[in-house]
Amino acid sequence: MNENEKIDSAVDASCRVPLLALFGGAALWLVVGLALAIVASLTFHKPDMFADCPWLTYGRALAAANDLLLYGFCIPTGLGVMLWIFARLSQAELCLPLVPIAAANIWHLGVLIGTVAILIGDSTGFMWLEFPRGSSVLLFAAFLLIAISAFATFGARRDRELQPAHWFLLAAVFWFPWIYSTANLLLLASHPVRGVTQAVIDWWFSNNMVFVWLALVGIGTAFYFLPKLAGRPLQNRYYALFAFWTFILFGTWCGIPHDAPVPAWLPASSAVASALLILPLFIIEFIGWRTAWGSVKSKWDSGPFCFVGSGVDFFFLSGLMLVAMACPQISRATEFTWFGPAQIQLQFLGFFAMTMFGAVYYILPRTAGFDFPFPKLARVQFWISLFGLALFILPLAIGGVEQGMKLQNSQIPFADISNSMLPYLRVSTTGQLLLLLGGLIFALNVFGLTLKWKMAVLKKLLAAIKAPLETEEVKA
Amino acid sequence: MKTGFRVFLAAFIALGASWCGFVLAPVLQLGTEKQTTVLNSSDIYPEQRPGAATLGLQVYRANDCAACHTTQVRQDGVTCQISLTSLGKNEPAEFKKFIASLLELPQFRACSNSVTAEFQAWNGELPETVTNLDADEAGDMIQHINAGGCKAEVQVVATGADIARGWGSRRSVAEDFLWDDPVQLGDIRVGPDLANVGARYDLNWQLQHLYAPQSLVKNSAMPPFRFLFQVRKIGSTPSPDALNLPAAFAPPAGYEVVPTDDAKNLAAYLLSLRADVPLYDAPFTREIVDTNNP
Repeated sequence: MNENEKIDSAVDASCRVPLLALFGGAALWLVVGLALAIVASLTFHKPDMFADCPWLTYGRALAAANDLLLYGFCIPTGLGVMLWIFARLSQAELCLPLVPIAAANIWHLGVLIGTVAILIGDSTGFMWLEFPRGSSVLLFAAFLLIAISAFATFGARRDRELQPAHWFLLAAVFWFPWIYSTANLLLLASHPVRGVTQAVIDWWFSNNMVFVWLALVGIGTAFYFLPKLAGRPLQNRYYALFAFWTFILFGTWCGIPHDAPVPAWLPASSAVASALLILPLFIIEFIGWRTAWGSVKSKWDSGPFCFVGSGVDFFFLSGLMLVAMACPQISRATEFTWFGPAQIQLQFLGFFAMTMFGAVYYILPRTAGFDFPFPKLARVQFWISLFGLALFILPLAIGGVEQGMKLQNSQIPFADISNSMLPYLRVSTTGQLLLLLGGLIFALNVFGLTLKWKMAVLKKLLAAIKAPLETEEVKA
Repeated sequence: MKTGFRVFLAAFIALGASWCGFVLAPVLQLGTEKQTTVLNSSDIYPEQRPGAATLGLQVYRANDCAACHTTQVRQDGVTCQISLTSLGKNEPAEFKKFIASLLELPQFRACSNSVTAEFQAWNGELPETVTNLDADEAGDMIQHINAGGCKAEVQVVATGADIARGWGSRRSVAEDFLWDDPVQLGDIRVGPDLANVGARYDLNWQLQHLYAPQSLVKNSAMPPFRFLFQVRKIGSTPSPDALNLPAAFAPPAGYEVVPTDDAKNLAAYLLSLRADVPLYDAPFTREIVDTNNP
């Protein structure tokens, strides 16, 4: 073991417990969230399935499922991966390791409280902000704690120069507290803003959370892992700088729908920003391909590589769908249809989850010091998730366009339109089942690994207890 | 970008710009929004919803009805139409000739074909409405018609698929949501738009529809909200609130279905959803309501 490897393994070991705490809860929420999403879509198979059960009525189950995916799975996994990348790039052990452990538990507690609140009818009614005040205070505090540890680790870096992954991840650490506190203070405080201002702020928050924040973390992670896994440097740093700048400049202005009942300058500036978003999208995709090119064939059988690589491609697709929805001509056919949820789910389960699966499959065995109990299932999970995504997203997107075209024709009765969507929705439930299976494999591996680690700790402890005490002979 | 500080500064400026644009500016522009007056009237709009409806908004929120229903009507644009109410001393045949001569004027070239066709099909009954004019054409034409001794008025009509579906008479504007907290616009139409649903159905319809949507809308994909109702044994006197259900959806004999407070409030909220008055930023001419056909 040379000097560098020694440092790497010390760094990995320092991240062990915080990462297990973050990823373990995230894997659980992923499974629960996907299961709740299936519960919600059962309503399209049999409308009166939950007619007597307020907890699982469509609106509540769907909101809980979406929030579990975002707050339960995406953010804690992203934070865990970010802490590890910061520590590795700094070549320093994780600073204040107890803080993220506490933060992970606070975070998951907040998610639990929020989810129960939604199911008992206590949601706030704001898209992507459904968790009530108590829960969002916990989430905010947990995030700040993790940010402290991340900044401390970042400050301890040996190489002062910043890497592209640093830019994206630092911007993400900085941006979440800003948008989350703004949205919560202005929408959920005792004197919320009035009228459609609420909707504008919620659109701004949703876009910056679901599109921008996830992209900053996901692309930052991909820009760290792609060169590492492909075995060649990022192609190249200057393109990445341009992509970073244009992305945070334009991406943050998207999200106000074209026909929103607000002053016209708001949707108009969103449309312009979305059109300009094409630039960073193409450049990020280009960087991804140039970096991975040449190693696609040789590395294709490695789990992490195909997860991260396909994650970047899905980001490109989801971004293009977002741009299309903001284009005034196309938005007429996509607005208020299933095309919107298709884009959001592609962003979550296609782009972000795939990238994070790859990262976790790479990181966790190294930090825990054990291999996964079923490492070969990683590839199985990849293919299942890919098929699941195709069966889930494609029907929604195609159905959405058909729905939009039919909505434009006032001769077609509305009941016919909503019935013509049912076959698409039913196919997409099959995709959701496959995605749930993929999530279960992931959870199985993460929990199995945690169990292995706990057993090892227990054994060590037992050995320490059982070890004969060193006795000193007492002279008579 | 070599130091942490530079990244921070870059992110601060780039990200902060969107905060100024989409948080600060809307709060300054819309945060002090006040009630306005209905176009050509002194009525204040919007009025605060009645108490039960305000409570019903919270039932709407708790069950996330906005997951399936939007409350925003879209509009493509407006057209003008001329409604001819009296011919004065003129005969219909003379009037048709007069219009034909009028349509040769250069300013009416764009609309002359459709207007000619509509007047040719006219059988002389009043009021006669000519559609599809732009504002200039309509204003010009009405001056000529009035000068000819006839009486006519210009009507402004919103156009678009949502309007044609009967979901509203104009697009939704910021004023419509002034009193709501939270504002739930919705972003997908799994079910129909509700911006104007209060103008379409009455209380009994709403309650029965919440309990058993399929009893009123055949093939409806909406889940029934039976948990908002109570099925109970009929006491000494049947409840006046009990739903009058068709046999296929009725409870067993001796039982009645009674709405809970939540159901009543939700129905009151749905009835209060009426964005149907003309405003300065979304004008239209109010149609004469036929009171025999609510």
